[in-house]
Amino acid sequence: MNYIEHVGKYFMMLGQVFKAPQKYRVFQDAVFREIEQLGIKSVGIISFISFFIGGVIALQTALNISDPLIPKMLIGFATKRSIILEFAPTFCSIILAGKVGSYITSSIGSMRVTEQIDALEIMGVNSLNYLVLPKIIAAVFFYPFLIILGMFLGIFGGWAAGILSNMFYEADYLEGIQFDFQSFLIFYALIKTVIFAFIIATVPSYHGYYVKGGSLEVGKASTQSVVWTIVIIVIANYFLTQMLLT
Amino acid sequence: MIEVNDIHKSFGETKVLKGISTSFEPGKTSLIIGQSGAGKTVFLKSLLGLHLPEEGSISYNGQINTEMSIEDKREFRKELGMVFQGSALFDSLNVEENVMFPLTMFTKQTRPEMLERVNTVLKRVDLENSNKKFPAELSGGMQKRVAIARAIIMNPKYLFCDEPNSGLDPSTSILIDNLIQEITDEYKIITVINTHDMNSVMEIGDKIVFLKNGLKAWEGSSKEIFKTDNQAVVDFVYSSNLFKKVREAYLNEK
Repeated sequence: MNYIEHVGKYFMMLGQVFKAPQKYRVFQDAVFREIEQLGIKSVGIISFISFFIGGVIALQTALNISDPLIPKMLIGFATKRSIILEFAPTFCSIILAGKVGSYITSSIGSMRVTEQIDALEIMGVNSLNYLVLPKIIAAVFFYPFLIILGMFLGIFGGWAAGILSNMFYEADYLEGIQFDFQSFLIFYALIKTVIFAFIIATVPSYHGYYVKGGSLEVGKASTQSVVWTIVIIVIANYFLTQMLLT
Repeated sequence: MIEVNDIHKSFGETKVLKGISTSFEPGKTSLIIGQSGAGKTVFLKSLLGLHLPEEGSISYNGQINTEMSIEDKREFRKELGMVFQGSALFDSLNVEENVMFPLTMFTKQTRPEMLERVNTVLKRVDLENSNKKFPAELSGGMQKRVAIARAIIMNPKYLFCDEPNSGLDPSTSILIDNLIQEITDEYKIITVINTHDMNSVMEIGDKIVFLKNGLKAWEGSSKEIFKTDNQAVVDFVYSSNLFKKVREAYLNEK
């Protein structure tokens, strides 16, 4: 199957996904279950990585500013901008693509190879709507909160690194993170997050839903889905940046 | 009653079903047998409405599949139960939730009403006190019984089973066979089983349809299969020495 066929099949899948749920109570339960699986269970990894990457960005910036004419508050400013513009929305989404993407593909793929999806279809359940729509809703609504948490912890990590290493003054860092605050940049990061969340929920679902074969193929599909999700996020990031910031 | 009228089905250049006609009656257990590649699975999927035949038709109590609207098909699917080869239970749900699933999706019953129905059905398949267990904690035979319970929870008119005995030991296979036959008789449903198990053929086949190369090569009851001189059936059913001796003993007794 060539790429164009895959793209066509992906959009046809979305056509089935975006139909009214057959039972709203069941759908609501599924959304809460997915928020737990895709969102709450990712809080730990996002918090951990954001904190340390924020620290590393602050240290690297401090180490590379040796010119006394450059104000030290630039460390806080650069850390804040890097985290808000790219690290939190893009880097965290790539991490989530790895963690959540493989989970989505393997869980839906296992259902496919063990005939659970056939069982849903035979019962008269729209399996794509039942399995994929709650994942999309959970990701699109919960990931912005996760990314905001990543932003706070990244900036906090930079502050902690400065305090612990004595490489810059706390006052300079705090001045830097307050300097030239633009709320649009937060909005820009959240727009990117919502689009990346949609990609993270749907591309792995596509790979899992249409898997053929056994457990080996499910494993291969999981790897492939993570690769494609990351590729699509990186390409989307480029176009979104060009559209929203230039 | 299900009436199959000269159905044909191809995949690309390969003709899988080449004109099969037969019928299945309520309260009777019908078995589809045949070698691998004979077209049994495609035939069963056609009966389930998952494949639409290119020629011919299937009518369910007078309702012809090719003339059904999307709404009719949705309603029809609520009237059928299916037991899959690997049980196809939902891993993330426990026994109670698995059996309750069709009720949750398609009825407006309250939770106590649904639980009452679930417990009745689980009692019917001898699976009391397993409500909170997950599929991974059950044996193969217990999983099959949960699958049967889920298939009959909506009081279906039609029950389809794809190799319900595969992977089970002989005594559990007999239990599952008997359970399916009792349920068929009790609820007067139309049961169609796709099987390779010759014990099932001998024990519960009110009607047996033998497929070969996409065609119906023979049909009859489990009694008639002992007496048939159809060479294709004899070669397939009595390929093992044990069944040859069983047949000889049956014929000598007569």
